[in-house]
Amino acid sequence: MANSFTRILSSKRNVGILSLVGAGSLTAGFLLKREHVTAGANVRRVYPASAEYPDLRKHNNCMASHLTPAIYAKLVDKATPNGYTLDEAIQTGVDNPGHPFIKTVGMVAGDEESYEVFADLLNPVIKERHNGYDPETMTHPTDLDSSKLTSGQFDERYVLSSRVRTGRSIRGLSLPPACTRAERREVERVVVDALAGLKGDLAGKYYSLTNMTEQEQQQLIDDHFLFDKPVSPLLTCSGMARDWPDARGIWHNNTKTFLIWINEEDHTRVISMEKGGNMKRVFDRFCAGLKEVERLIQEKGWEFMWNERLGYILTCPSNLGTGLRAGVHVKLPRLSKDPRFAKILDNLRLQKRGTGGVDTAAVGSTFDISNLDRLGQSEVQLVQTVVDGVNYLIECEKKLEKGQDIKVPPPNRKFRW
Amino acid sequence: HPLGLGLNVHNDYKMKFSVDEEYPDLSLHNNHMAKVLTKEMYSKLRSKSTPSGFTLDDCIQTGVDNPGHPFIMTVGCVAGDEESYEVFKDLFDPIISDRHGGYKPTDKHKTDLNFENLKGGDDLDPAYVLSSRVRTGRSIKGYTLPPHNSRAERRMVEKLSIEALATLDGEFKGKYYPLNGMTDAEQDQLINDHFLFDKPVSPLLLAAGMARDWPDARGIWHNESKSFLVWVNEEDHLRVISMEKGGNMKEVFRRFCVGLNKIEEIFKKHNHGFMWNEHLGFVLTCPSNLGTGLRGGVHVKLPKLSTHPKFEEILTRLRLQKRGTGGVDTASVGGIFDISNADRLGSSEVQQVQLVVDGVKLMVEMEKKLEKGESIDGMIPAQK
Repeated sequence: MANSFTRILSSKRNVGILSLVGAGSLTAGFLLKREHVTAGANVRRVYPASAEYPDLRKHNNCMASHLTPAIYAKLVDKATPNGYTLDEAIQTGVDNPGHPFIKTVGMVAGDEESYEVFADLLNPVIKERHNGYDPETMTHPTDLDSSKLTSGQFDERYVLSSRVRTGRSIRGLSLPPACTRAERREVERVVVDALAGLKGDLAGKYYSLTNMTEQEQQQLIDDHFLFDKPVSPLLTCSGMARDWPDARGIWHNNTKTFLIWINEEDHTRVISMEKGGNMKRVFDRFCAGLKEVERLIQEKGWEFMWNERLGYILTCPSNLGTGLRAGVHVKLPRLSKDPRFAKILDNLRLQKRGTGGVDTAAVGSTFDISNLDRLGQSEVQLVQTVVDGVNYLIECEKKLEKGQDIKVPPPNRKFRW
Repeated sequence: HPLGLGLNVHNDYKMKFSVDEEYPDLSLHNNHMAKVLTKEMYSKLRSKSTPSGFTLDDCIQTGVDNPGHPFIMTVGCVAGDEESYEVFKDLFDPIISDRHGGYKPTDKHKTDLNFENLKGGDDLDPAYVLSSRVRTGRSIKGYTLPPHNSRAERRMVEKLSIEALATLDGEFKGKYYPLNGMTDAEQDQLINDHFLFDKPVSPLLLAAGMARDWPDARGIWHNESKSFLVWVNEEDHLRVISMEKGGNMKEVFRRFCVGLNKIEEIFKKHNHGFMWNEHLGFVLTCPSNLGTGLRGGVHVKLPKLSTHPKFEEILTRLRLQKRGTGGVDTASVGGIFDISNADRLGSSEVQQVQLVVDGVKLMVEMEKKLEKGESIDGMIPAQK
């Protein structure tokens, strides 16, 4: 299997990783020892795999669909070099049989190596979740050149706000389901350190969840920036809320248009947003900000988890690739009542959510409309899909306002592998 | 390999980080674990692991995630197996001492399940005492505990329990209802009887990992007369409950002792007796339940006494505690309280139930006096 991972590790060794001192040196020693990504036995194996195999008869998630007894038996004794196991990876899917509205993924990664060590399960899960994308044979395009985006200004009589989010993981540190307190604190340090170097319209401030004043907390709540300890059992069962609120925080720029969550479901969640319909500017800032943060962490010898098969590596397999969700809050009072609405969205490769995000219902007729896909297409391609799609939806709404009929667009086949 | 050097690759990996980096932030915490876990203690214990792979961080996770409870001083740590109490002795001993009235590492605990040693208990006034109940927990030797056990282990505990309980007869003849497989009708009946236990919602329990794989290998067994009940794989391997309406604690305790002894005999025959030692008594998941693991109590109407300024003091002197009728974490409704023994470790089952019997009898008499407008000052007991 292509091991760009070890290539990068080797090159990192030459770049003077030993120059990292203090708390950073933990990673220096750690990376130097990680020669290969293979299994390490971790478990007291008292019972055979068949006695341990979970009861998935009532389950409906991607993990349950693909975890056969044979695959379980093959993987159950394996662990990543840090000691993360299959049972840990699937615990969330065992504990949460199914979600009423959406087929959940049902498993997470505890570290970058999980995607290698548990590939026999993760690859079919990824394939199902990402419309047939095959990590073994395909490559994922990364493109953060926002200048390629066209028609990125929406009619603001309909589009109330525009937003693009993604996640980034710091290579060398375990992911939220598995990270130790030290690793989590290191993620916070590395990221906050880099963000302090942002300038101009990106300059901002960090608010640690443990240390913020009541005033700061109230302001963050009013801005709708503050994130809480997760309550969704999908997240808590995977262990990502441990030690809350230690090493969690929120950074945002002074103009409140670029926001970073630290150590929530991923090492970082990066959000660019504005009121109104200027998706072009939102995406410009998104790309510029991401590139600048990447440059700043690289100056200190760090990098993001990425490889050419899976793109950006994140905790949940659903967020692989771009990890990108670009969306708008848009008023579609007539279109949303049209029986063809769902089909139109589907053909445009868009999804609707309530304005509270995933798991919520729409209020009035304002919807959160965003891209369905994450992996296999680039950032530019996905944001363009949203731009083209939302413009189409607005055209439909306008037509219905005038009493004209609308057309269901042909299905967008670019996503299917 | 020696105790304390069990295999845990992830814990070994963690040792690469410094104590300062890994030590939890307990500055806002108020639980027993936070009171005793200094950085020095953390440093000493963090490299250790029980033979089954349970570590210090595993023990304390629930206490790190739950800084404090509004009504009660929580323990803040759990055991993952029998050996936890040995390997992490430095952590558990001071917590046990603080929680159990100064109990020392050298103290011995007395077990007495001879119901004939209980005096009285058959004459609590049913106009006040609405129901009586005794519960305890038991762990099956050779299996790890709910915070740590694997699915196969949990299923083995269930299998052994079903086999053992199926051999009971006479007043103990009963039936097992697995949580995953009961019919809707069975479920409704169990709910109406107030027997059905749900997946825990308390973050104290969830953060310790004991709700994993729910409802796999969980279930409820009860006898035909619904007076003897066993929970399998909830917070402990087994929770054993004897109960009935009214105030006949003597009978409730008799049935409790007889049933428990029968069950223990069967498990012993299969070479899986209960976890017990002469220092800690019965070994359970939460250090608060060590010793007898026994909570004997009543639901009793004390509307006047409960508002008397000396109520709390009376309870303390009688070595009793109050809870709402929904159990721990709840408030009382309509002047009806759940009154039970406060102690678990350092006194026997008989002694603890005796305190409940004597104390409740006294409090009912006080209630009656207050109803007549008389003073209870002359009845305030000495510290037991």
